[in-house]
Amino acid sequence: MTILVDYKAGNLTSVSLALSKVGVPHSISDDPEVVRRADRVVFPGVGAAGQAMDNLRSTGMDQALVEVVRKGHPVLGICIGCQILLDSSEENGGVRCLGILPGRVRRFDFAHLAQPRPKVPHMGWNPVSFHREHPVLAGIPNQSHFYFVHSFYPDPLGPEVRLGSTGYGDLEFTSILDGGNVVATQFHTEKSGESGLRLLANFGAWKP
Amino acid sequence: MLAKRVIVCLDVRNGKVTKGVKFAGNLDLGDPVAMGAEYYRQGVDELVFYDITASAENRAIDIEMVRGVAQNVFIPFAVGGGIRNLTDMRDVLLAGAEKVSLNSLAVRNPSIIADGAKAFGNQCIVLGMDALKVGESPSNPSGYEIVVKGGRERTGIDAVAWARRAEELGAGEICLNSIDADGTKAGYELEITRKIAQAVSIPVIASGGAGKPEHLAEVLHADVGADAALVASLTHIDGYTVGQLKESLARAGVVVRL
Repeated sequence: MTILVDYKAGNLTSVSLALSKVGVPHSISDDPEVVRRADRVVFPGVGAAGQAMDNLRSTGMDQALVEVVRKGHPVLGICIGCQILLDSSEENGGVRCLGILPGRVRRFDFAHLAQPRPKVPHMGWNPVSFHREHPVLAGIPNQSHFYFVHSFYPDPLGPEVRLGSTGYGDLEFTSILDGGNVVATQFHTEKSGESGLRLLANFGAWKP
Repeated sequence: MLAKRVIVCLDVRNGKVTKGVKFAGNLDLGDPVAMGAEYYRQGVDELVFYDITASAENRAIDIEMVRGVAQNVFIPFAVGGGIRNLTDMRDVLLAGAEKVSLNSLAVRNPSIIADGAKAFGNQCIVLGMDALKVGESPSNPSGYEIVVKGGRERTGIDAVAWARRAEELGAGEICLNSIDADGTKAGYELEITRKIAQAVSIPVIASGGAGKPEHLAEVLHADVGADAALVASLTHIDGYTVGQLKESLARAGVVVRL
């Protein structure tokens, strides 16, 4: 069973509706035991990394996620659910995160650029460059647009983690992360039209 | 490169999309869920639904409509009109909307912007504002004043000052509607759009006045600086598809998602 993780960090409705639209059976759970037993996990989230990590730790969901990843089951992180898979985030004065993927989350800082500077949050549709083929990207044209809303961006260590990237200001940040059985998108897959739906459908059928 | 957005606005009255047409009253155009799904199919970047009678009737937004849209449209959409408090905001977000649009409520009670941003995140809060050209004065340095009740009631608030205040309070975006341009089909009000886009660092959506596809390019061009252009009658009445609007933008050198 695919489990959509509910950890009181944002709205699950859109992700659940998008999974249903592409025929991925799933249930929503806030129970770490249910997540431990999941065959497949979708880990969404909006809001701030600090609050999200507090919520995960208070219920033991952080350990359940680490265990399900270690078992090799497919896991998809979305937005904040992508960022907190990394080691740490600069948000909220510095937050230790799950450490499932190597690297950290940084704040967009364009103070060194001339006016008009890129706006923060980075909000809207921006193309993603795919760095290689991957089953979750099957059938999606390279440079497809996806919908972003964020002020912090993933900065993973190692080129093997960098599956897709997106240009903003003078930065080319990693927007899809590949951690073996874990894939994570900085963009909102569930709000990214037909390309986003295709990615969710691919994830639902993926056997890493 | 981040694309400029084309947003279609659907005003909803008694469960139907409606459009006020000068000297002809209100035209019923169809079912909001079906129309939203059609614009999604055409490639619209975002949708806005305004329940235009909810405020006057002091009732909450039609949540079944919001659910219906969310089941059919997999892009961000905002809901406005009839948002009275945090409970109403939570209800529309949980029904699948990405954003709520606050307008006259925020003028009466600015702290609702901060409360909403704190509860749901800045990205959820769109400040809708109606600006009227009044001429520059010591109390209105920008020359534009915020009006409410469809332009019938002036507030004495300077439009640029209000935009800055809303950003400080935590609004994630500003939807700027020009009362002067609205319904004229003569093009967006470029002067106030430029002033507000320069005054704030959050995205600005231009609204009011689009009469032909070329008007979108004018307001989205870098020298004016809007991040998104809102249209209604251009698609509802004049029959342009979203694809035609975006092709026109691309020809004018504006980066769009095709």
